Amino acid sequence: MIIKVIVTLKKGVLDPQGKAIQQTLNGMNFSNIDSVRQGKFFEISVKEESESKAKLQVDEMCKKLLANLVIENYKII
Amino acid sequence: MKSSVIIFPGSNCDRDMDVALKKFGFKNKMVWHNDKSIPKSDLIVLPGGFSYGDYLRCGSIASKSKIIKSVIEFANSGGLVLGICNGFQILTETGLLPGILQQNKYLNFICKNIYVKIKNKKNKYFKDIKKDILELHIAHNEGNYFCTNDELKSLENNNQIAVTYCDSKGLENEKNNPNGAIKNIAGIFNKDKNVLGMMPHPERMIDKCLSGEDGSLFFESLLKNFR
Repeated sequence: MIIKVIVTLKKGVLDPQGKAIQQTLNGMNFSNIDSVRQGKFFEISVKEESESKAKLQVDEMCKKLLANLVIENYKII
Repeated sequence: MKSSVIIFPGSNCDRDMDVALKKFGFKNKMVWHNDKSIPKSDLIVLPGGFSYGDYLRCGSIASKSKIIKSVIEFANSGGLVLGICNGFQILTETGLLPGILQQNKYLNFICKNIYVKIKNKKNKYFKDIKKDILELHIAHNEGNYFCTNDELKSLENNNQIAVTYCDSKGLENEKNNPNGAIKNIAGIFNKDKNVLGMMPHPERMIDKCLSGEDGSLFFESLLKNFR
């Protein structure tokens, strides 16, 4: 079973890469772009039949490794 | 005085640290990250570099390596643990130090000499340094220290801020902050002051031919406080 996770920076945390991407887009004449926030996307293949069990495991992985909760939020999708 | 330098795949300041420690009288051993135990040591150093290619987040993969359990136990029993640059990043990822080192504010890799102000000398690392301002070297892409407001308050209340970026006269402001670190923070302690993480590299300033010797003061002070 494949579980997907998105990790994003928390609101208010500086995202200089996102800012640079936004400025570049503006320079490419996408003038209506206000801001860009960059994040990470994971596809985790878990040897588990039950979706709820797999998601529970991935939740633990997020807390322990995939996200740093000081600056990042995660969402299992 | 015995020290151990932990080597991770991608460490690149481990040998500089070995040279520096030996120069000032430490009996140093190099320890591979896959080893389960650390030789008897008074000081453990996590060196600079790019452990695991900075994958996921700087220091995050190294912070889960086999040897780290022993490092955490050593730190929790009062042993001195020093993390320089990538070592600092690893220490925050293990949870031994609060906060995180984010990408530099202006997205550039910074490699230059800077000045830091010593904010707390009541500890084994800085106790015997007479100077208040040191010229050291930084080389990093992720040195922008960040923590929550509560963590910052706790750092300040417990005198855990070790060194801050400043100019040659000790002035700390935005202009003298190379990477956007909160409150110009260049290095912090844990509550007990036995764990120190900092971005500047003292091991790079131990000889006149290396553009400065203020790093020597750091190692001399460290050694003196062991005796």
